[in-house]
Amino acid sequence: MALLMTILQRLAYAALLLIAVLVLNFSMMNLAPGDVADTIAASMGGADAEVMAQIRAEYGLDQPFLVQLANYIGRVLTFDLGYSYFYNQPVTKLIFERLPATLLLVITAQLLALIVGVLLGVFSARHPNGIANYFVTLLALFGYAAPVFWTGILLLIAFSLKIPLFPVGGMIDVTVEDNFFAKAVDIAHHMVLPVITLGSIFLALYSRLCRASMLEVLGSDYIRTAKAKGLTQREITLKHALKNALPPVVTLAGLQFSAVISGAVLVETVFSWPGLGQLALTSILARDTPTILGILFFSALVVVVGNLLTDMVLRAIDPRVRGRA
Amino acid sequence: MTDPLLKIENLRIELKLRSGPIPVIDDLSLELNAGETLSFVGESGCGKSMTALAIMGLLPEKVGSIGGGRILFQGNDMARMNPAELRAIRGNEISMIFQEPMTSLNPVYTVGEQIAEVLRRHKGMGQADAWKRATELMDAVRIPNAKARVGDYPHQMSGGQRQRVMIAIALACAPKILIADEPTTALDVTVQAQIFDLLRDLGRDTGTATILITHDMGAVAEMADRMVVMYAGRKAEEGPVEPVISHPRHPYTKGLISCVPHLLAELTEERPDLTEVPGIVPSLGSFGADACLFASRCYMADAQCRNARPPEVAFGPQTSACWKADIV
Repeated sequence: MALLMTILQRLAYAALLLIAVLVLNFSMMNLAPGDVADTIAASMGGADAEVMAQIRAEYGLDQPFLVQLANYIGRVLTFDLGYSYFYNQPVTKLIFERLPATLLLVITAQLLALIVGVLLGVFSARHPNGIANYFVTLLALFGYAAPVFWTGILLLIAFSLKIPLFPVGGMIDVTVEDNFFAKAVDIAHHMVLPVITLGSIFLALYSRLCRASMLEVLGSDYIRTAKAKGLTQREITLKHALKNALPPVVTLAGLQFSAVISGAVLVETVFSWPGLGQLALTSILARDTPTILGILFFSALVVVVGNLLTDMVLRAIDPRVRGRA
Repeated sequence: MTDPLLKIENLRIELKLRSGPIPVIDDLSLELNAGETLSFVGESGCGKSMTALAIMGLLPEKVGSIGGGRILFQGNDMARMNPAELRAIRGNEISMIFQEPMTSLNPVYTVGEQIAEVLRRHKGMGQADAWKRATELMDAVRIPNAKARVGDYPHQMSGGQRQRVMIAIALACAPKILIADEPTTALDVTVQAQIFDLLRDLGRDTGTATILITHDMGAVAEMADRMVVMYAGRKAEEGPVEPVISHPRHPYTKGLISCVPHLLAELTEERPDLTEVPGIVPSLGSFGADACLFASRCYMADAQCRNARPPEVAFGPQTSACWKADIV
């Protein structure tokens, strides 16, 4: 019951927050110089003031700012994110076409990084002078320091050009057989390099944080109690220590998940991955305001949902969080 | 005379420092008989807790290690046991409760689970049986409404209740030895008495021998059968509580007793007043010295005290490591 109340309360806050995000996004886009009329005019090779005014009237751009804002929010509330001038498609349709590709890439990279990172962190905390420890430190340094596009290009050169193990880009081969299994294998094949590239940053963060968190937990009094009970080292590490060490990692993973779309832009561009990131890039270059606003709105949605999920996971792990509403 | 339950012979515990190993426990021997309560007394840093951790095999790995001597539990040397053998004893035949009830329980598991776990580990109980027994144990340590509270998390309990849970965990397998390392230091005075009562009653019921580590001389007088007074990693004095308190044979014991006002009230006519032991414990670096380590703070010290380590001298059941034990 308390859980349900908390979720409902959080959803209400989330809705208010999203409306605030809409207002802010729309206002900022309006402050930026230039609009779609300029782009259309440019693509036609120039237009006189009369034609410009006509275009603006057609898209409702001649209305006062507040009216435009109210109209926009009203439309979004009915799940209409507007119409893309550039792609000549409804923005909702555009986003939903691209979203699965991005989610597939980002969620796979996140989960892999989380699992491997936690394992590495635990292992290196247990053996602070072992090889794993130096590996984690090195990995973290590399993950922080190397820009993703650079890692991506390097991987491409190594494993697509020099040793052609993986495709250079894209998500699926046009020649692939039309059955589910063959498609799944082909997509997985295409995913390997982008997932490694995107996952390497996350992996560095999680393994390092998990290691630090584990080291702290392993020195605490209740671990001494667990030892005094005669438990094995494995029980102590995996049951008593890990569950206490996870909250910081989960919190960070939640925050990182919120940043997925921005993070994916670079990786998607390097690997020509047909996801939201690419869509965001092209629509910004084309000043395709409705599409940009739509993607921003979706990013906000992902952030809000991600935070909610993080909180739920934290509640499941740590009973002390449950006490507070 | 039957063999003692626990016999420590010439135990030496070393701390690894950059300058080389330094003894924090030096040549310590003592015995614990079944069912008795033995108290370790002494200032902070004198090695009481170190000795307890050594008995449990829980010395912090990279810091301290056993440098010599034997810890015989029922005739078997624990200092030479492999980890699996030690685990079978820990929490089962020898268990320990700690000073900090607020942090000694794992915050993310229910107290019932933390009690049941040790029963499953050592007694081979199933989930349901262990949980049922955990509830009974919560009742035995006098936590009201045990049935409802067995599912609570540590943060939902007070310090005293958490220490009761720790006692329930420690006594779950009816151990032969219970080591209580300053079990009441972090608790309110009113709760302290309750915890001591509980420990004494449960110890009596289960026939458990108790090692009570404390600096509370009042608790020693009330709880213990025998006491060991430790100073700077060495045994200063040992003996049954009554003669040691009424006639200490070591100036350090005398100083400690004089620090307790209500004990002093009965003894003022025969003893000079001392309300503090002047000076401080010598630094770790000098712990290995061939001298009486208490000499720098002792009103009786002379050249002999500063140049040779005093041997243990027996006075009936009492022993004292002091050159001047006969005239203290």
